[in-house]
Amino acid sequence: MKLLEYQAKEVLASLGIAIPPGEVARTPDEAAWACGRLGPVAVKAQVPVGGRGKAGGIKVARTPDEARRAAEQIIGMDIKGFKVPLVYCEAALEIEREIYLGFTVDRDARANILMLSAKGGMDIEQVADDSPDSIARLYPNPWRGPLDFELTQLVFDAGLGDLARPLMAMIKKLYRAVPDYDALTAEINPLVVTKKGDVVAGDAKLEIDDNAAWRHKDLEQKYGALIEGDPYEVEAKKRGLTYVSLDGDIGIIGNGAGLCMSTLDLVQRAGGRPSNFCDIGGGAKAEVVENALAVILMNPKVKGVVINVFGGITRGDEVAKGIITARDNLNMKLPLVVRLSGTNEEEGREILKRNGIEPGVNAWAAAQKIVELTKSDAPTTAAARGSLPGERGGE
Amino acid sequence: MSILLDSSTRVIVQGITGREGSLHTEQMKSLGTKVVGGVSPGKGGTTHLGVPVFNTVADAIKATGANASGIFVPAPFAADAIMEAAAAGITLIVCITEGIPIQEMIRVKDFLRGYPQARLLGANCPGLITPGQAKIGIIPQRITKPGSIGLVSRSGTLTYEVASALSAAGMGQSTIVGIGGDPVLGLTFRDVIEMFEKDPATTQVVLIGEIGGSDEEHAAELLARGTRLKAVAFISGRTAPEGKRMGHAGAIISGNRGTAKSKEEAFRKAGVTVAETTDEIVGMLR
Repeated sequence: MKLLEYQAKEVLASLGIAIPPGEVARTPDEAAWACGRLGPVAVKAQVPVGGRGKAGGIKVARTPDEARRAAEQIIGMDIKGFKVPLVYCEAALEIEREIYLGFTVDRDARANILMLSAKGGMDIEQVADDSPDSIARLYPNPWRGPLDFELTQLVFDAGLGDLARPLMAMIKKLYRAVPDYDALTAEINPLVVTKKGDVVAGDAKLEIDDNAAWRHKDLEQKYGALIEGDPYEVEAKKRGLTYVSLDGDIGIIGNGAGLCMSTLDLVQRAGGRPSNFCDIGGGAKAEVVENALAVILMNPKVKGVVINVFGGITRGDEVAKGIITARDNLNMKLPLVVRLSGTNEEEGREILKRNGIEPGVNAWAAAQKIVELTKSDAPTTAAARGSLPGERGGE
Repeated sequence: MSILLDSSTRVIVQGITGREGSLHTEQMKSLGTKVVGGVSPGKGGTTHLGVPVFNTVADAIKATGANASGIFVPAPFAADAIMEAAAAGITLIVCITEGIPIQEMIRVKDFLRGYPQARLLGANCPGLITPGQAKIGIIPQRITKPGSIGLVSRSGTLTYEVASALSAAGMGQSTIVGIGGDPVLGLTFRDVIEMFEKDPATTQVVLIGEIGGSDEEHAAELLARGTRLKAVAFISGRTAPEGKRMGHAGAIISGNRGTAKSKEEAFRKAGVTVAETTDEIVGMLR
């Protein structure tokens, strides 16, 4: 789970890290009131992606009127596919210098890494490309975390020896996010040294491991529902599906992430454009297929769906029956191509044919078939998509 | 011959009394895998599916001489199960369990440095199978056939897809290894290729990778140094948009590394044939 900036800051504050005073605003009026209380503020779009500054999602406001206008512009704008649901109004800082401090998982090293750089405030990936030596790195032992002498080395390596004391304290607090919250990424960029000499988190990114969500139900309850991303992804999450929205018009369902991704590749290769990635996992149970179809059909752009199921020990005839039940329950009329393989696959294909579903001999044939069936430029009608239980936010 | 696993490997199943553990133990036994026992704390002394159950891995090794373990315990307990197996002296640990927190796997990797004899496959993987001999995990034996192709893959169902196409074409496999899709895992492509290189029964290898990480690139570096194996690689996710996570925790693109393009280029440079669809693989091996 990727937290929004203000949420990440609340978590960091609970670990003892200093953050500037700030208030969440859902309307322009709330932004104006916040500015009235806080003085000059930065009005910041709250979206779980980077690059919002460049996208115009951060504006400085000196007066409540300016804050209102800024919020009017920012709330509702689209930043990399995320509609901005609210802004965070944060008291402007008097910046002396900007530092980069980040923790993440180094996948290649299969280890945690702490990074510190005097070149904060900008795109750290750019800094890493241009001058990799300006980023000091530490791989703390995952059982005990960083030790003092290791942090001393890190701070001096980064050329920040003059700030050794406050920085070491800050890094230890940030690292608490690993054992306490199963953080995969915890980043403060910029870490601001103010003209008064305080060290304050100017921005914050925090990503919590979904695999450890069961340990952090409190975070999920407090923040989970607030992240308003893509409506189909939100609905899919509610239904317990692994689903990612894409911008095409052919729905994709597969069992297994690799198989599903390769189905996406095949549809694209055949000249089609996938509307989503949806991995229904092993088994391909009727109920799961129905949930997947229901979410895909919420999207009015979808012109057809291809299902690719490789049954290991799952029976093909049962998968076929499940798919038909799902289609009929949803009253789906759009083209549907199913490729299934596994035990009793011939029987499965027969069942599909009898029920008016095109069985693909292999994944490539299925991909070509669905592209052919959806070529027409005519927009799909709501009737063709069927009657969808729980349809909302799709239009 | 084969790598990692054959009909003489003595296998225990951690979590043998659970639903998944039971189901797959039966499948493993039906292929002829020498399943010598199971572990389920509190159920030691009982018998399940015809094999003795022990409270701990150490007890199981003492009584059965087991040297390999398949782990089917739920995610919150799986990291500990891996470390228990390593500490007790198991040399091949296959963790099927999905959803282990990444921080726990990082600690496991650190722990395993103290047990260099223990090789971990997974977690979140389908396991491995040496067709006609033995399997640990969930790869269906029906789609496999004994032969000389080594198959190593990050994806479960895609492995099945390719194995079944190979078998249907009469092209058997020496060992099929599913390394799993998690960002922090045990054996890598490179490790497995090294083993295939040393296995006289393997003459060709198929690698099925996906976007994210740079394990495929590392394997390509190894193959570029020269190999007796004829190699074909396939990468899934070539059309996945950047920054989107496709189910596998692993399938995330970071920077310019980890894209399908960079992986395919690395393989081509190493003299490896790159398949654009899985259907092409069979023809390329002929």
